[in-house]
Amino acid sequence: MFDDLRDLYQEVILDHGKDPRNFRKPDEANREALGQNPLCGDQLVVYLELDDHGVIQDAAFVGKGCAISVASASMMTELIQGKTEAEADALFGRFRGMCTSDEEPDFADAGDEDMERLQVLSGVRQFPVRVKCATLAWHAMNAALRGEAQVSTEE
Amino acid sequence: MTGTARATTPGEAYDIERIRADFPILGREVHGKPLVYLDNGASAQKPQSVIDTMRAVYEDEYANVHRGLHYLSATLTDRYEGVRETVRRFINAEKTSEIVFTRNVSEAINLVAASYGRANLTEGDEVIISVLEHHSNIVPWQMLRDEKGVVLKVAPISDDGEFLLAEFEKLLGDRTKLVAIAHTSNVLGTILPAKEIVRLSHDAGAKVLFDGAQAAVHMPVDVRDLDCDFYGFTGHKLYGPTGIGVLYGKEAVLDAMPPYQGGGDMIAMVTMEKSTWAPLPHKFEAGTPAIVQAIGLGAAIDYVTDIGMAAIAEHEHDVLTYATQRLSAIDGLQIYGTAPSKAAIVSFTMESAHPHDISTVIDRAGVAIRAGHHCALPLIDRLGVPALARASFGLYNTRAEVDALAEALEAVQEIFG
Repeated sequence: MFDDLRDLYQEVILDHGKDPRNFRKPDEANREALGQNPLCGDQLVVYLELDDHGVIQDAAFVGKGCAISVASASMMTELIQGKTEAEADALFGRFRGMCTSDEEPDFADAGDEDMERLQVLSGVRQFPVRVKCATLAWHAMNAALRGEAQVSTEE
Repeated sequence: MTGTARATTPGEAYDIERIRADFPILGREVHGKPLVYLDNGASAQKPQSVIDTMRAVYEDEYANVHRGLHYLSATLTDRYEGVRETVRRFINAEKTSEIVFTRNVSEAINLVAASYGRANLTEGDEVIISVLEHHSNIVPWQMLRDEKGVVLKVAPISDDGEFLLAEFEKLLGDRTKLVAIAHTSNVLGTILPAKEIVRLSHDAGAKVLFDGAQAAVHMPVDVRDLDCDFYGFTGHKLYGPTGIGVLYGKEAVLDAMPPYQGGGDMIAMVTMEKSTWAPLPHKFEAGTPAIVQAIGLGAAIDYVTDIGMAAIAEHEHDVLTYATQRLSAIDGLQIYGTAPSKAAIVSFTMESAHPHDISTVIDRAGVAIRAGHHCALPLIDRLGVPALARASFGLYNTRAEVDALAEALEAVQEIFG
């Protein structure tokens, strides 16, 4: 087997891909957006429950996708719970930066615990056509925060 | 038209090594592994003769066609028009005036929808397509429906991908004006009962268009034997260049149709008051055509004709049979499309891995397949899967390449368990 494939499909990703967390439609959701990748047909709906202070109390998703898009969605819903809209957006920015960066980042040194957990997805850097799989749920989360019903990834 | 290689001579066995040597790209590696190209349904690779023919035109013979009185223009016009005869023979049309050059099958279908459809169909008239169509044979009819109030009906398939002729027959009626159906499914490989479709449709008074994008590359096509009114196929899936396709239409049908696009080349006479149209097929070819691509298509047809479409079909059937056996034996792998009459296309899912993940993993082993919805979303919905992986075979593929695919899929199992 090839090393870059092992990097891409780490155990954590395979685990989240097979057994995604927060894979449900919450009753209390007050924001939602459909993320779709028209080229491959992947579709994920991200649900958010925001409180009066703009804090994400619950995040969940349903849909169909590959191991990368499902694992990324699963990890995202875990990480953005308890964050404000601004914090969630900022994390998306850092995540997207990692997926498209030329260098292997070191988040442990920077004390960025969220990104340290997401670093298992950094293998997509070696598979440029798969970056949009990794960011699909994040785009949908971002659209839901902006009040948009859907978003498609063709970046 | 000169092909550089004659792959086989009549009576000789299918010389796969010699054929493979005709395709320079097959000698390359991908990710350090020999390329195993199984995405022919999306686009096929090109033999040296097509590449050389096109380069020679640019280097030595190039000018515009149908315009210049000078030597190069006149010579190249003859060469370009000569391809119509090559195409006519390839599909056994009666006349070269029935061969319209288009960019691809999508444009061929759009031409029929826009010209024949707008002129002949009115509100309440019916067009029948099938559930296994490529988007290119769905969307133009939806556009016509929205514009003219035409009713679109969809012929069903069985779970194994077979076209249900009896169900199709029930859809035919007094208002059916056009039946537009794939000759071969790009996803399931199903070869549709084309002659029966034409017979039943004509009995009901409807014209028939076949989307031959996949069929024309896998088997001999005889439009007169089929008796269809329109037939479309494309160059780049037939080992020729992109940007060139063909719409065949019966002369009387084409003759009665208004032009598709206006411009140069398609007129007889233009004044500021009015214009008159050029004779067939030029009426449907506005503007400078894809000259070199058409000549490249001619070289590609010469190439496959030299091998023989029947010989190609036989070889591919052997590879298909082997691939079906080999892949069926993989645990958790399910093949979609098991109709008895089938071209060399194998679509499948694996229990453990999504098609995109399958494609990414086996790409690292040099194996190129397609994963996704294959521009046939209604069919993907009908099958009840999120996406499919598809291996589509061409005239140069081998049993050894099927082994390479199967071994790569076993590596997928290893990763995803």
